[in-house]
Amino acid sequence: MNAATQPRHSPRESRDEAYNFAYLDEQTKRMIRRGLLKAVAIPGYQVPFGGREMPLPYGWGTGGMQLTAAILGAEDVLKVIDQGADDTTNAVSIRRFFARTAGVATTERTPEATIIQTRHRIPETPLRKDQILVYQVPIPEPLRFLEPREIETRKMHSLQEYGLMHVKLYEDISRHGAIATSYAYPVKVAERYVMDPSPIPKFDNPKLESEAIQLFGAGREQRIYAVPPHTRVVSLDFEDHPFEPTKAEHDCDLCGAADSYLDEVIMDDAGGRMFVCSDADYCRDRREAGQSGAKAGALS
Amino acid sequence: MTPLLQVRNVSKRYGSRIGCAEVNFDLYPGEVMGIVGESGSGKSTLLNCLAGKLTPDGGQVVFDTHIDGPVDTLTMSEPQRRMLGRTDWAFVHQNARDGLRMGVSAGGNIGERLMAVGERHYGRIRGRAADWLDRVEIDQSRIDDRPVAFSGGMQQRLQIARNLVTGPRLAFMDEPTGGLDVSVQARLLDLLRGLVREMGLSALIVTHDLAVVRLLADRLMVMKDGHVVEAGLTDQVLDDPQHAYTQLLVSSVLQV
Repeated sequence: MNAATQPRHSPRESRDEAYNFAYLDEQTKRMIRRGLLKAVAIPGYQVPFGGREMPLPYGWGTGGMQLTAAILGAEDVLKVIDQGADDTTNAVSIRRFFARTAGVATTERTPEATIIQTRHRIPETPLRKDQILVYQVPIPEPLRFLEPREIETRKMHSLQEYGLMHVKLYEDISRHGAIATSYAYPVKVAERYVMDPSPIPKFDNPKLESEAIQLFGAGREQRIYAVPPHTRVVSLDFEDHPFEPTKAEHDCDLCGAADSYLDEVIMDDAGGRMFVCSDADYCRDRREAGQSGAKAGALS
Repeated sequence: MTPLLQVRNVSKRYGSRIGCAEVNFDLYPGEVMGIVGESGSGKSTLLNCLAGKLTPDGGQVVFDTHIDGPVDTLTMSEPQRRMLGRTDWAFVHQNARDGLRMGVSAGGNIGERLMAVGERHYGRIRGRAADWLDRVEIDQSRIDDRPVAFSGGMQQRLQIARNLVTGPRLAFMDEPTGGLDVSVQARLLDLLRGLVREMGLSALIVTHDLAVVRLLADRLMVMKDGHVVEAGLTDQVLDDPQHAYTQLLVSSVLQV
């Protein structure tokens, strides 16, 4: 399929009346909205909620979908990102799910969307205050791999005992010479709660301070948390090993962008490879605006 | 002189069974107190009650804090008590695995307390960790090894380093030499004695090994069935035991 011939914006269609609007029943959506209000009121705090079974497996974005269902209105325009791309299985199926059950318009263009559900990336295009970013979260507890007991981690959050998080970073430096954690990089939100920003690359961490509301939903673990607009989000680090957002040392081979997060694509068995923007929409926008990279002709 | 720790009528029951009952004593700065008794006599229960790991049913445990002076640790708020546990107190478990993070390197284990009280400079943390490895006689080249690669004696010494790195004033030790062979025990005792003297540390040492208290403890409490049956200077209690149980205990030690 040639990407350029695909429609990037699908208008509203009539929804499947066999389902309630956006699949979930109204009581469930209310329950989730209450959780969301609490989450926004206490930035970074993990609010438990009665997560529902969704018609796809845990790990496929059930948490994010429940939040999206709870905040979705008929006039909203939905964009779904999977690892930066709009055209992978997860993104396509979730977008179709809401087009069918809610009849909302969908788009692949970041500026046009009012709600963006995402997995593993924050769009390169800066978000506006009238947009909401919904994250799919596999493991909401940043301390989990260090402290397996839920009772203990809750106590550590309530008493702000976050020394353990730095033990993890210490181990990184002692083993690799630098902080090797490159995704799901822990942050401190509003100078209070340490939060797992979901498995976004640490390149995206600075973008967590945004004008848009950011909501995080973990379906299996049944937790909601949020970062309200203009909230201070600090990536944890050491004084002598400061936080660094990293990306591949390269420009995008398709659009030439030097400032976007890159995927490395293996081209053949002879070591050929190219770097392309992980954010497919951002890359296409740049190419349509006439920018091009070193191997722009390679994929046509 | 203000006692570092004043224990008044501390009792703990497990249902109808007695854990420990009506325990009273004072511990002064720089003093080492031994608590001996047979298995099940309530030594560990008492220690855990004093260290805030168990909640006693009644009594007072007054600790002379740096900032506020003597405070009852049983009525202070949990964050304060946990803060004490990271700064002024040390707790050495019998089994080093209970007191160490086995998946974290030796340096990380020692550095954890420093990071918990706000140290955010990697170089300084590592420097302190290396220094403490030296002090507990572990080669500095082992700093990035995990405790699973250490022998039992080294694990125990690492646990001690990890606890003492923040310069606590009171150490709770639950059978620190248990499960170690005699030569390793001797070195550990030597080390502990040196550290206690050098840092002016007070310590409560629970053990059933009379040789350990003879070497380390200034004073001794003998417990039986949850009650303190005899207390006094170590040499006095061991050389001239008054209570029938203490006499039994002292006479039970094998002479080589």
